[in-house]
Amino acid sequence: MSQAPIAGRLAYRRSRHIREQIIEWLLLSSALVAVATTVGIVFILVKESLVFFGQVSIIDFLTDSQWTPLFSDPHFGIWVLLSGTLTSSAIALCVAIPVGTTLAIYLSEFASARVRETAKPILELLAGIPTIVFGYFALFFVTPLLKIIYPELPGFNLLSAGLVMGVMIVPYISSISEDAMRAVPMSLREGAYAMGATRLQVALNVVVPAAFSGLAAAYILGISRAVGETMIVAVAAGMQPNLTFNPTDQAATITAYIVQVAKGDLPHGSVGYQTIFAAGLTLFLLTLVFNLMGYFLRKRFREEY
Amino acid sequence: MNDEQKKPDPSTLEKKAAALALNFFYGQKQALKNINLPIYDRKVTALIGPSGCGKSTFLRCFNRMHDLYPGTRYEGQIRLYPDDVNLLDKAVDPIEVRMRLSMVFQKPNPFPKSIFENVAYGLRIRGEKRRSVLMDKVEEALKNAALWNEVKDRLDELATTLSGGQQQRLCIARSLASEPELLLFDEPTSALDPIATASIEELIHQLREKITILIVTHNMQQAARVSDFTAYMYLGDLIEFGWTDDVFFRPKEKQTEDYITGRFG
Repeated sequence: MSQAPIAGRLAYRRSRHIREQIIEWLLLSSALVAVATTVGIVFILVKESLVFFGQVSIIDFLTDSQWTPLFSDPHFGIWVLLSGTLTSSAIALCVAIPVGTTLAIYLSEFASARVRETAKPILELLAGIPTIVFGYFALFFVTPLLKIIYPELPGFNLLSAGLVMGVMIVPYISSISEDAMRAVPMSLREGAYAMGATRLQVALNVVVPAAFSGLAAAYILGISRAVGETMIVAVAAGMQPNLTFNPTDQAATITAYIVQVAKGDLPHGSVGYQTIFAAGLTLFLLTLVFNLMGYFLRKRFREEY
Repeated sequence: MNDEQKKPDPSTLEKKAAALALNFFYGQKQALKNINLPIYDRKVTALIGPSGCGKSTFLRCFNRMHDLYPGTRYEGQIRLYPDDVNLLDKAVDPIEVRMRLSMVFQKPNPFPKSIFENVAYGLRIRGEKRRSVLMDKVEEALKNAALWNEVKDRLDELATTLSGGQQQRLCIARSLASEPELLLFDEPTSALDPIATASIEELIHQLREKITILIVTHNMQQAARVSDFTAYMYLGDLIEFGWTDDVFFRPKEKQTEDYITGRFG
């Protein structure tokens, strides 16, 4: 047969394909904004930290027990700041993980639809409170309250900052955990109920293990929030670098220190100024480690239904 | 059944349970209408009928699964023998009911636990802690579910690593481990391939020696193969009930005949 010309209604429509391509590029570029920002931040952190480590040895940075960048005899022991970050985060997680998980179990497995629909917006409201408000709440309400029990507690302390930070993180953990538990198929719950399990047994033996990868993701997010939280610790835990794991001490965290320096006492380019990049890089690596842990936990405990 | 030359009059058989004037409602919608149906002891009773006829709804009344969802309502009775109590009575604890009546679902639903713990689950929630007792019961249940030989060397592996047919036999083993009096099957083979289906049907054949079985199935050949009695339901009504070969070969109702011969449904 001879090659017949393609009928008009089957002809290749250039305009349609160009439109599709434009949309594809638009979508790609918005994805690139996020990726490029991350890459840019890491690049700056590493570049500026290299300047810092050109002047301070990495051994001193990791082993020195003092953090005094502004003294005439400066010391740069990151553990001093890291101890504050780790202690306040640990306190926060001791509050947020049990409370957040229990709340999620209640909302997902026990609460009636009406209770759930009322409680969830309130929890979201809690997540929307600016952290500076939480900071002053810790300083002016929780610390005085704790002083009733423990009168020697200093005005600035890691305990009250950590506790309030824990409350702040609860809605993040409960919301993600609840989503994960609600995603567990009803057939699995029915299987357990059909064996004669009570609601609590179904929740703890079946739903929680089945949702474990989601719970792990929630906890990791909680850890990252705690480690990166700035205003609460800056306001309520004090700005005094202090190598301590004692919750009743005051101490500066990495974030609180960065705020303090960034407020502008130090000239740009000085070693003291460069410290904030090294401290920032440490923080970044810390959250990266937790996120990677979360990633592998999720992969390891992923349940397919 | 073909192997039964002489069928006794059903009224001489012992009953395990019976639905008496049972109505069931999802909110305002009536899903079961005045069902009267005996379940004979150590016999297999099949429930057949087109989708939406209420056969699964009926099955789920027995272990009070509807209690889990708001807006459902039972009327009438399901009597369990030899206790002669109404399972639907408000004074009856659904958890106690479910401990005596096990259910196997349409889709295999193993728990996110090891093979061993899946089978031991019913015993664990009854408070059994002795490892040796658990081990014995788990082995017995897995043997009764024809799964022991395939899993005996991997009892600590996650149940989700099993194939679909194995998972369903695991769910049967899980139901058997707590020694139920009545086993409820809700289309247990509809998610399985023909070979796995055959093994489940073979299993039902063996189990009926020891236990009363009520099975919902979409597959009429399956009902004919595995059951002693068949009930045909349509739109919430029980249309016909009798010995399986009577229902299949000598149906009394025109509707049943139309459904079974494939003219409808």
